Amino acid sequence: MTAQPPVNSLRSYPDATGHFGQFGGRYVAETLMPLILDLEKEYRAAKQDPAFQAQFDDLLKTFVGRPSPLYPAPRITEHFRGLAPEGKGPKIYFKREDLNHTGAHKINNCVGQILLAIRMGKTRIIAETGAGQHGVATATVAARFGLPCTIFMGAKDVERQAPNVFRMKLLGAEVRPVTSGAETLKDAMNEALRHWVANVHDTFYIIGTAAGPHPYPELVRDFQSVIGNETREQMLEAEGRLPDMLVAAVGGGSNAIGMFHPFLDDPDVVMVGIEAGGHGIESGQHAASLTGGRPGILHGNKTYLLQDDDGQITEAHSISAGLDYPGLGPEHSWLHETGRVRYVPITDNQALEAFQLCCALEGIIPALESAHALAALPQLTAELDKERILVVNVSGRGDKDIFTVAEALGVKL
Amino acid sequence: MTRFETAFAKGPALVCFITGGDGDTAANLDALVAGGADVIELGMPFTDPMADGPAIQEANLRSLAKGTTTADIFRLASDFRSRHPNVPLVLMGYANPMTVRGPEWFARECAKAGVDGVICVDIPSEEDASLGPALRAQGVSLIRLATPTTDANRLPKVLEGSSGFLYYVSVAGITGMQQAAQGAIEEAVARLKASADIPIAVGFGVRTPDQAAAIARVADGVVVGSAFVDIIKQHGDAAPAALQDYTAALAQAVHAAR
Repeated sequence: MTAQPPVNSLRSYPDATGHFGQFGGRYVAETLMPLILDLEKEYRAAKQDPAFQAQFDDLLKTFVGRPSPLYPAPRITEHFRGLAPEGKGPKIYFKREDLNHTGAHKINNCVGQILLAIRMGKTRIIAETGAGQHGVATATVAARFGLPCTIFMGAKDVERQAPNVFRMKLLGAEVRPVTSGAETLKDAMNEALRHWVANVHDTFYIIGTAAGPHPYPELVRDFQSVIGNETREQMLEAEGRLPDMLVAAVGGGSNAIGMFHPFLDDPDVVMVGIEAGGHGIESGQHAASLTGGRPGILHGNKTYLLQDDDGQITEAHSISAGLDYPGLGPEHSWLHETGRVRYVPITDNQALEAFQLCCALEGIIPALESAHALAALPQLTAELDKERILVVNVSGRGDKDIFTVAEALGVKL
Repeated sequence: MTRFETAFAKGPALVCFITGGDGDTAANLDALVAGGADVIELGMPFTDPMADGPAIQEANLRSLAKGTTTADIFRLASDFRSRHPNVPLVLMGYANPMTVRGPEWFARECAKAGVDGVICVDIPSEEDASLGPALRAQGVSLIRLATPTTDANRLPKVLEGSSGFLYYVSVAGITGMQQAAQGAIEEAVARLKASADIPIAVGFGVRTPDQAAAIARVADGVVVGSAFVDIIKQHGDAAPAALQDYTAALAQAVHAAR
């Protein structure tokens, strides 16, 4: 969270009604509207309250383990320099969100939201989860503050992600398998919204990404902006200047917006968001909402969605469960349309290759989500001069993904 | 007088909801009218019906699995209008299918098909620009929802730009689950009537003639949905006869309060 940006800044959005251009907004049932308005009011007050900010900063430091390192990745840098045309191949840094408590950037947002929940006097926490990372992060902060917590998770994901289900249970959360629809993240979100509508009086919904009805996209972004703010400070210290390019994976888009937002007004910083291209855009089996979707309305906001001509939402596919969602946060839709951020799809296979390369060259097992960002390096490093600096947001660690990767590589564990 | 005004002028009205494309919808709609329905709500199926309970969720998915399109819904609507020139017809659904081709397109199709009103679950008054102006320009009513969380401050916003009737969602929750206490409904309806100059219809969790009769004593309309959707699931192609019987029992209960 930072001071108010100047007028006409790209960082001054959303507008007063919660819109980023035509995107965002508050497309929710009337039952939720009063609560959403209340949340906005409370968030504005919290943002102005030094005590709230101090408590947030302190928890990030002592509980999450921030700041996360900005790591110069020498062997990856050399590797791509060797492949790039003469004079190309920038210096590569990793922002190490994988070193956070619970293993990913998700916890930053959960700490912020549970503080808001407590401030609003709510006594129960709910959340949706796909792969289980946000569920684990939510269960973690709920345990830390002693609040009962229910996690909605597609029945298929409950089966696929047994270790995370067990983690959530150890942390004291109730995991509720969702059997409606395709039994994955989208359906878990539908069910969490249904539950919330019936329990608005005492329940706070910790949304896991920078999406949903206003003010969620804004507040999640603000809580995640610690990633970009630290990167800026650490880069100035290490190199005495700003980076030339930022790269981050985009599912819902919270790690990417957290990394990008503090740099939006720096015109020389190029930003690239990496979408999950699944089996390839032309296969129709992907989760690249910007590359392969159109604007529409779902889960409280207007944004790019995978949908058919009638506006029915289509199923997303990605090897990375964290990217497997048919939409993304509204601010990304807006940054895409304004051209400020470039969005590139990466296939499952490209991500798998980058996953292995990062393990072998840097001794870091990245999350499959982050492996998507790393997989854009062959293309991006070929464009950038040797003297340039590129930062990849390694948003999470890949311990959770070893079973998926083993299966994809035909290895029996 | 509009069809809505005529329907509500007779006293408490029975408003009946079914999901379009779930079962033989044309025959089912005729059965509702034959049983005594005063207003019809036709649900537009959506992949992600966030405000609906299991009964209507499943009806949405059954309908989509059969390949129901938006064009099919408008065909059902305009055929209904030809067969029943005087019964008000409302389309109920979610924002994305309604706005995907632009709100103007949707509003024009509604007007062409003889649709009297539209209920969009996830466009609150704050996002009215996404649908409301287009509907009003075509003379189609935008029917808004009021809920137990809609306080006195919000109510004028909810009423502004809405017409036809106000749909009072009597429980904070999803469709087809528990019913609100009668006392709470009476209190809410009295509060709404003080501000609204359009009829108040009460729904969510209303299943039996007894419940319907109690609500009809205080409100202008009673909305029943999940109970019909359950009948369609249970009886399949034989649903029309069962629907007509059940509608008749509800209609008798509601109309007795006239």
